[in-house]
Amino acid sequence: MFRFRKAVLAAALLAVAGLAGAQGASKWPGVGRDATPKEVAAWDIDVRPDFKGLPAGSGSVAKGQDVWEGKCAHCHGIFGESGEVFSPLVGGTTAEDIKTGRVAKLTDSSFPGRTTLMKVPTVSTLWDYINRAMPWTAPKSLSTEEVYAVTAFLLNLGGIVPDDFVLSDKNIADVQKRMPNRNGMTTDHAMWPGKEFGKGAKPDTKNVACMKDCVPEAKVASFLPDYARNAHGNLAEQNRLVGAQHGVDTTRPEGKPGAAAPAAQAKPAAAPKQDAAGADNKAAQAMLQKHSCTACHAMNSKLVGPSFQDIAKKHAGKVDYLAGKIKAGGSGVWGPIPMPAQSLSEADAKTIAAWLASSAGK
Amino acid sequence: MQEDLSSGRIRKAPENFLNKDGIKTVLAEAKHGRRDFIRSAFVAAAAGAAVPAALAQGNPVPTEGGDPNILNLPEHSKGLGQGVAAEGYGKPSKFEANVQRRQSPGLTQTTQASVSFAPLQSLFGIITPSGLHFERHHQGWWDIDPSKHRLMINGMVKANKVFTMDEIMRLPSVSRIHFIECGANTAVEWGNVAVPTVQYTHGMVSCSEFTGVPLITLLELAGADLKNGKFVLAEGADGSSMTRTIPMELIKSGEVFVAYPEQGYPLRLIVPGVQGVSWVKYLRRIEVGDKPYAAKDEAVHYIDLQPSGLHRQYTNIQECKSVVTTPSGGQVLLDKGFYNITGLAWSGRGKVKRVDVSVDGGRNWRTARLEGPVQNKALTRFNLDWVWDGKPAIIQSRAMDDTGYVQPTYKQLRAVRGTRSIYHNNAIQSWLVQESGEVKNVQVS
Repeated sequence: MFRFRKAVLAAALLAVAGLAGAQGASKWPGVGRDATPKEVAAWDIDVRPDFKGLPAGSGSVAKGQDVWEGKCAHCHGIFGESGEVFSPLVGGTTAEDIKTGRVAKLTDSSFPGRTTLMKVPTVSTLWDYINRAMPWTAPKSLSTEEVYAVTAFLLNLGGIVPDDFVLSDKNIADVQKRMPNRNGMTTDHAMWPGKEFGKGAKPDTKNVACMKDCVPEAKVASFLPDYARNAHGNLAEQNRLVGAQHGVDTTRPEGKPGAAAPAAQAKPAAAPKQDAAGADNKAAQAMLQKHSCTACHAMNSKLVGPSFQDIAKKHAGKVDYLAGKIKAGGSGVWGPIPMPAQSLSEADAKTIAAWLASSAGK
Repeated sequence: MQEDLSSGRIRKAPENFLNKDGIKTVLAEAKHGRRDFIRSAFVAAAAGAAVPAALAQGNPVPTEGGDPNILNLPEHSKGLGQGVAAEGYGKPSKFEANVQRRQSPGLTQTTQASVSFAPLQSLFGIITPSGLHFERHHQGWWDIDPSKHRLMINGMVKANKVFTMDEIMRLPSVSRIHFIECGANTAVEWGNVAVPTVQYTHGMVSCSEFTGVPLITLLELAGADLKNGKFVLAEGADGSSMTRTIPMELIKSGEVFVAYPEQGYPLRLIVPGVQGVSWVKYLRRIEVGDKPYAAKDEAVHYIDLQPSGLHRQYTNIQECKSVVTTPSGGQVLLDKGFYNITGLAWSGRGKVKRVDVSVDGGRNWRTARLEGPVQNKALTRFNLDWVWDGKPAIIQSRAMDDTGYVQPTYKQLRAVRGTRSIYHNNAIQSWLVQESGEVKNVQVS
């Protein structure tokens, strides 16, 4: 009874707030309703650099390592160093950077790549993003403790916090003071569409619209090397069949007769043959996309996991085995990086397994 | 030869392609100062054993006295065609099958965090067909049931609000044509030429007519604090729940709206003039706040590295830019003679005021015709008549917007920002037309 009365009271208060609040309500009556606190809590998950929005909690480096090896390492590498799927997260920062708040390697153009820890100025960004979008194939599945823990582990890999560290809402502001690139940002530019940043800065280039004898001469300083001629596929097939210009046939060396797409090619692309095997193949390929298998597996080269062709060769005919493996995940068959269990239907798993077992390698 | 007749184009036999007098003339002319670039361009082309192929006549009368495509009536002139609604939603001609959006090989390792480029070389006008609009997804795309989609407004508001799509679509709407460009468009060309065609250099720009409700209307409905709430966070409903910070000032201008688009269906934020990453797809929440948010795509990506080692943060505006779409890299001019040089120009600060075109690598310029209406923060089509004399040419376009800002050269851009900025490359693009007629992506010094 008490609970009921309280609920009614809360509802009444909300209604009053709504009336007082929305001057728009009179202008557009009947459109929209007040969100309940429960609804706001479910969606309002962002964490700002001043830690507004950060839920109370904590997580240790040690716990983070466990989570990492199960849920993160297969894309980011055991030490966050892998660049096979995404850019590396860790590397390129030093103890000196932690003191200065500026990552020195960012001025070294010979240093290959830029890791997340080299760039990110705000620890809140890491926490917020891991919480909202990781792991990649199952976002928002980590508990608050796991998010703290994974963040702590990542910071530990970068030497920002020690091995025995427990990251929490109480000490995260202190960690912010150790972020290697915390002083590495500038908003002194003219590309923010408001007054908050850039303080009236003018655009940083000042070309003038000269019309005659503007430059002494133009020399070609950069062009694609010959070996890259066909690297983007046959450009003849990437242009309309008719027009003022046709696409260059890049399957032939430059300047050889027939470099232009010959008019004889003016035929519509032939419809692919739709035999039974082709249909199975297509269904399976659609499944691979749908279930993001291709995030880690490529058709004929190793990515994070083995190629489909290699799997097909090794396990030809073993439909049930493969379907089981797809659903349960595993490690050790192809290397140390584990494949997480996949939440797909039995039927989809069977479709993919049947395709792998019969035709993927061919 | 029989086959060639079907398109109305004919090429001379290979032995007639080489015109030795022509070569001599060009080389002789090239010795005179300002045409040096042509010499170097030509010599490079000649070294590649290029034949000045494009000397054939376009549409000759065949020996039999007439074009078989005229003389022999085709099926479609002699039979009955198809009925209405053969396709409930019409598709392009099967002969347009080459006009596709494409991935750039090797650019990304996954298809879910990746990009496909619009085929600018094959598009007309300024509107990008929805099915050819470039794609940039950070965590895969979804087709979301609009009856289950909700938009929440919270933060510094008098009342947190939720809206169904039915409710949003009851509100007064606007329809506007705007370009959207990825902040990383042309990114691979910062240091040197890396890709062959305009599809891959500039294909992360598209332009559509969007319909929806100004965000300011929704904020007023929630009683937002428009004075102290200087920033707005936009958040998507997909797995990545993409977040971006938008200045309240821009929202108060009335330009920002929530639309019902093809990409990001059923609800997407439209932020005219600002890089595409801020046009949050599957928009589920708007939070009003007094500080910026430093989201992942504002603190790890979409930050512009400068030579000082500092990154520019919150670089949102897409500055004035243009590109010639035909003739462009990977194409071949079939004959000498008349051509229409055409391309696209745009500015995140307003309207395109003028576009100039050079065919000699930026030494001399002519002002192109703008196809109207020229609209605020929209693609603008430009055209220029050109008679190609069969000699090497370097085609460029240079846009100016109504703030007076002029699109920079690579030299000017690199002098300020170096070559590792990744984002916001709006430099003047060069296409080398070789004597063979083949067009190549080049950068000039």
